[in-house]
Amino acid sequence: MSSTTGIGASVLRKEDIRFITGKGQYTDDVNRQGQAHAYFLRSPHAHATIKKLDISAAKKAPGVLDVLTGDDLAHDKVGGLICGWMIHNKDGSPMKAGAHPALAQGKVRYVGDHVAVIIAETYSQAKDAAEKIVVDYGVLPAVVDMNTASKGPAIHDVASDNVVYDWHLGDKAATEAAFKNAKHVTKIDLVNNRLIPNAMEPRAAVGDYDAGTEVFTLYTTSQNPHVARLVLSAFIGIAPEHKLRVIAPDVGGGFGSKIFIYAEETVCVWASKRVGRPVKWTADRTEAFLSDAHGRDHITHAELALDDKGKILAFRVKTKANLGAYLSTFSSCVPTYLYAPLLSGQYDIPAIYVEVEGIYTTTAPVDAYRGAGRPEATFVVERVMEVAARELGMDPATFRRKNFVKSFPHQTPVIMCYDTGNYTASLDLALEMADYKNFGKRKKESAKNGKLRGIGFSAYIEACGIAPSAAVGSLGAGVGLWESAEVRVNPVGTVEVLTGSHSHGQGHETTFAQLVSDRLGIDINSVAIVHGDTDKVQFGMGTYGSRSGSVGMSAISKALDKVIAKGKKVASYALEASEKDIEFKDGRFSVAGTDKSLAFGEVALQAYIAHKFTGAELEPGLKEGAFYDPTNFTFPSGVHICEVEIDPDTGVTSIEKWTAVDDFGNVINPMIVEGQVHGGIAQGIGQALMEGAHYDKDGQLVTASYMDYTMPRADNLPSFQIGMTNTPCTTNPLGLKGCGEAGAIASPPAVINAITDAIGHENIAMPATPQAVWMAIQASGSKIAAE
Amino acid sequence: MASVTMIVNGKEVTANVDPRTLLAQFLREHLHLTGTHVGCDTSQCGACVVHVDGRSIKSCTTLAVACDGASVTTIEGIGTPDHLHPMQAAFRENHGLQCGFCTPGMIMSAIDIVNRKGHQLDEHTIREELEGNICRCTGYHNIVKAVAAGAQAMAGK
Repeated sequence: MSSTTGIGASVLRKEDIRFITGKGQYTDDVNRQGQAHAYFLRSPHAHATIKKLDISAAKKAPGVLDVLTGDDLAHDKVGGLICGWMIHNKDGSPMKAGAHPALAQGKVRYVGDHVAVIIAETYSQAKDAAEKIVVDYGVLPAVVDMNTASKGPAIHDVASDNVVYDWHLGDKAATEAAFKNAKHVTKIDLVNNRLIPNAMEPRAAVGDYDAGTEVFTLYTTSQNPHVARLVLSAFIGIAPEHKLRVIAPDVGGGFGSKIFIYAEETVCVWASKRVGRPVKWTADRTEAFLSDAHGRDHITHAELALDDKGKILAFRVKTKANLGAYLSTFSSCVPTYLYAPLLSGQYDIPAIYVEVEGIYTTTAPVDAYRGAGRPEATFVVERVMEVAARELGMDPATFRRKNFVKSFPHQTPVIMCYDTGNYTASLDLALEMADYKNFGKRKKESAKNGKLRGIGFSAYIEACGIAPSAAVGSLGAGVGLWESAEVRVNPVGTVEVLTGSHSHGQGHETTFAQLVSDRLGIDINSVAIVHGDTDKVQFGMGTYGSRSGSVGMSAISKALDKVIAKGKKVASYALEASEKDIEFKDGRFSVAGTDKSLAFGEVALQAYIAHKFTGAELEPGLKEGAFYDPTNFTFPSGVHICEVEIDPDTGVTSIEKWTAVDDFGNVINPMIVEGQVHGGIAQGIGQALMEGAHYDKDGQLVTASYMDYTMPRADNLPSFQIGMTNTPCTTNPLGLKGCGEAGAIASPPAVINAITDAIGHENIAMPATPQAVWMAIQASGSKIAAE
Repeated sequence: MASVTMIVNGKEVTANVDPRTLLAQFLREHLHLTGTHVGCDTSQCGACVVHVDGRSIKSCTTLAVACDGASVTTIEGIGTPDHLHPMQAAFRENHGLQCGFCTPGMIMSAIDIVNRKGHQLDEHTIREELEGNICRCTGYHNIVKAVAAGAQAMAGK
């Protein structure tokens, strides 16, 4: 097809028209006939038994239809929320997963935990009635600090020491041996600060039970409606899958936080049958802060063993990961299999050993947030690389270059086999774009103005295209992570593609249509992408882990292959030629060596009218489906360089220049890919400079609004310079690697490496607020400022 | 209940509302104008920005009764899919949106910035002026470009 709408073109987004005119349809925009409203009474305590719960007065309050509690869930045999990935301890025993009821059953475990739900004619009436519920709490000590969590009290009876698992990966003996031979060991202690995802659309749900058909419909803010249906059906037991429809309409950002199956949607869909009315709930922002799954929250000690020439010999890492009060849907795999296998970074490291303790605390559940384990790994690797280079007196770019993996495929000591890459090319381009060679001049210029200038590198790698089903199954995943697609060609040659991927900002309606337009040679406006409804799309695993291109589009590509193959059969009858002589190019089926041909739409029509072949020869119609299961992860990589200027009098860090060079393999739509990078960098800068969830010693979340939790705003950020290199992925048909998380993975260490370069010492934690930077400068002595 | 009358997107509307009804609720739930979004309920995120008597306000913390007699313009009132406002078109042409949730408020704020600051806006001004609107998807890079382009396009409107 024309290069203006095919693969590689920056096609303007098809979905934009509805969003810019206010015609998007988000879950809170859905209103069902007779709809009632839910309000959740949440625990004000971090840790308490519920000695008495009196709902009688609330039930009589104006407009109230019902007040439901954990007892009602138990009565209706509604199961608890699940964690879908089993992790095993070092000794082979399974992790300790405590029960997770959607409404508390005798105990609350974090501030914001769900005590009861009030369903009323209006939201205000439900909220007012909540004040009439009397709860007698037996308050227990909060468990907030991971370092002392083992002293208790136990949050779940199954884990007396509050340890979920004690897990490891790698070759301990080989690592220890390599450390014995090391000429230099770089040691570092790091905190990866806890973040709150903050998609701009708060979570919402509308449950609607049809007593006539016994079908439940759930509208929900989900990144993976089929996974939601699977969990709500097979594990929680709301209804069998054929009696449960889940619709995720337009979704206003996810970043991981909308992967998970939460208490609120479970309760809304269940309660819609209890009260006989559709039930709607929309989080206010403070509820989102309290109850959306949080991200990151690691404490890590890492040691890098080096020889006398600056070659890495081994790497050992010990991490404590906060998992919160309950194990959220995919929480257990984030600090284990999404983290430790990335600790080889872009480097050839002969031996690695990683130990991870997952810890229960009386805080909100912690699960995947943009990058999910990979930003945490990259922060460890790229901070230790920078510190090691400084300790060795080597240029940080040279030190990295020396240790890069240079031949592929490359098997790391921690599971992953990198199929392809060219790390040197990304570094070279980044150095040039960042004008690294003149950094010294700029630093002197800043010093003349009394400012501290620093430069920081981050050479990241991530594992995307999640994931080969058999591989993740062997590691404990409860599901397969393939993707499905169905291509329906209409008799007039227009096409609907049904995909199990879900778009919540990524622009699938455009990029997926570009692929179809390109392959079938039809106008991009003749292609519609259908997603987000379990009644339309048969099955799918959703969108996270930068998988929609490399896995979701690969499934579409496979289905398109089948459509073209079938089209050739149809064309052979219509053109009265042998099937092997039919060629398909630029939207036309033609007989090789002749001028006989039919346009794609004409062949579609022939497939449906079925006049040129008999039923014995060929099935009518043109509709093909495919499931695509990747054979390996994909490995996007790149180099980001951050240049900062710090005012030593105020501690304010200004990002002067941001250079990002990424290798995403082939790119469908550069405009959209660059947009993904921009957004990821902004979230990473947010983590590095501003954001941080903070619980006080009593387990109160003190950062539970936009007045307390600092979100990056337009005036906090620079514009970004984006460059790309391209080594196509070798394991999927389109050569795609994925781009959704790269920015958030790459950027935090780049910022901190720049700040530590500027202030001349390593001890600064994220978020590096002006106060933190100022204090670090004071602690390091005023000599830097005076230089 | 309180009676409230206002002109919304050029049409007069009258309704009896609970006095505590917020303007955002009134627009979304009573008038079904769901293009105005509520992202934070504390005036911080700006997803709810509309124009009241020509000035941008945050409708999530404005009482509907406080707008009695006022003229209100929402995202639905500035352009249609067939006749986009230049600022709407600029957001699309510059990829100034991803999930679209903050976008109506961004566009309404951007138009207000142009109304106050003129058509030639530099990056610094745009970034400072967008301080009351949060976007989690775009990193603002393309929003800044969109506002600059939209401001210029509005001059030729």
